Amino acid sequence: MFTPPPTFAGFGLGLRKEHYRDFLETDVPVDFVEVISENFMVDGGQPRHILRQVRERHPVALHGVSMSIGSADGLDHAYLRRLRALVDEIQPLFVSDHLSWSRVAGFNSHDLLPLPYTREALDLVCRHIDIAQEALGRSMLFENPSSYVAFADADMTEWEFLAAMSRRTGCGLLLDVNNVYVSSRNHGLDAQAFLRGLPAERVRQIHLAGHTEVTDLLIDTHDQPVCDDVWSLYAQAMSLLGPVASMIERDDAIPPLAELLDELAIARCISERAHDLREAA
Amino acid sequence: MTLAELQRDFRVWLTHASPEAARRLDPRAGMGMTVYQNNYRAQLVGVLEASYPQLHAWLGSSLFLEAAIRHIDSRPPHGWTLDAYGADFEATLSHMLPDNPDVHELAWIEWSLSESFVAPDATMLASDRLAEIDWDIARLQLAPSLRQRSVTTNASDLWSALQQQTEVPESEMLATPGGVVTWRQGYTCQLKPIDAIEHEALLSLRDDPRFSALCDALVARLGEEAGIARAGELLASWISAGIVTDVD
Repeated sequence: MFTPPPTFAGFGLGLRKEHYRDFLETDVPVDFVEVISENFMVDGGQPRHILRQVRERHPVALHGVSMSIGSADGLDHAYLRRLRALVDEIQPLFVSDHLSWSRVAGFNSHDLLPLPYTREALDLVCRHIDIAQEALGRSMLFENPSSYVAFADADMTEWEFLAAMSRRTGCGLLLDVNNVYVSSRNHGLDAQAFLRGLPAERVRQIHLAGHTEVTDLLIDTHDQPVCDDVWSLYAQAMSLLGPVASMIERDDAIPPLAELLDELAIARCISERAHDLREAA
Repeated sequence: MTLAELQRDFRVWLTHASPEAARRLDPRAGMGMTVYQNNYRAQLVGVLEASYPQLHAWLGSSLFLEAAIRHIDSRPPHGWTLDAYGADFEATLSHMLPDNPDVHELAWIEWSLSESFVAPDATMLASDRLAEIDWDIARLQLAPSLRQRSVTTNASDLWSALQQQTEVPESEMLATPGGVVTWRQGYTCQLKPIDAIEHEALLSLRDDPRFSALCDALVARLGEEAGIARAGELLASWISAGIVTDVD
């Protein structure tokens, strides 16, 4: 039985092409970086070379988007072997993916599609997490996705699903605070109840990102700064959680690095305040 | 509805926009299913644009988008990585624009460069090893990043001009068909038009990597003196360019 990876209370950024030079040529004040695993699951060339150089300077978290842990068809074992090779070389801080699915019957949507929170899905996801963690030889983190539909025949809430999944498989959780906000707004859920419902001791990493509002729905676009409501939710999360790694996740409309470091400074400040309040209580 | 049924319906919604499938998934018919549909198609258009920036510039946005839509409708993605989605875009273009070999060849060049970019690493052959080699039995090892094809147009000139943002020449047929190669030297991708003799010589190495066989083939084609001279010249250029990366 796996247990969640050791805690790491640092502050990091997603490593994006636009900032490669900054990370290779300057001393960027972050405690870790996170990369999209699939971008580096290649045979060779510059991407892998850059990742090796960055790894010499910073701890690296591998964040995947293609494991498709909830596919009814099963896992892609060739994918797992490629990921394992990258894990063995990089020795990452965390290996994570999403509580979602992408593949069915040879088709790959390349999107993080929602699962129904049913007992059937829970059993299947837990079986797949067991297989993935065995294949990688280590425990993983799974992230709560943003969703735009909620299925009517759910047996449990998303946070109950995440808690049961983590308890049964020993995986850790990657809490995306923006996704909690987006899904809660889209489905009329109580974001505070979501946070309180998670097993705090199993959360190892936090994502902070921006979203866009389109005709009454919030879309998880990662192309905006973190909004005030998400910062508030982050403060509430940090009052509930112990030591955890926090990071800004920007995937589109990438600003200069300094702007992301400014956002990260806000996260540090909120986290320190939450820590002080916890100590005082 | 089982999980497998739900996922099959989701696929039908994404690939065919079936209203029945959407209703089964979300009887309230909210905007959510439309978001997934838009994300799916926009992401695939985006990855084709990112994979083929010079082809996009050459065709123009309108024609490129028409080709992308045709590709998405006829070839749903199946690979584990989104980056692989553009692999057979050339086939869609050949079907859509059958009389434009320049477009097909431009697409091939752009895709091959992206394959070369992440191909397995190889080191350059050290020049001090050359003197030790017994060329009668030597077998040439080609760079794992090497891709080649025959061409009938000046597509490599078009690609280079588009990439360097210099004046783009008119598209034209070559006086005689030749070839084009892409490969990676260190971490830098390379593109080179080659003549038919070099194209055939490189192709022959994939079947028989012996340098002596290459010499025999070139002697048969060019005669004793010219054939041997061309073999030496090609070998020297391939080694210095990192096209031949080892000799056993």
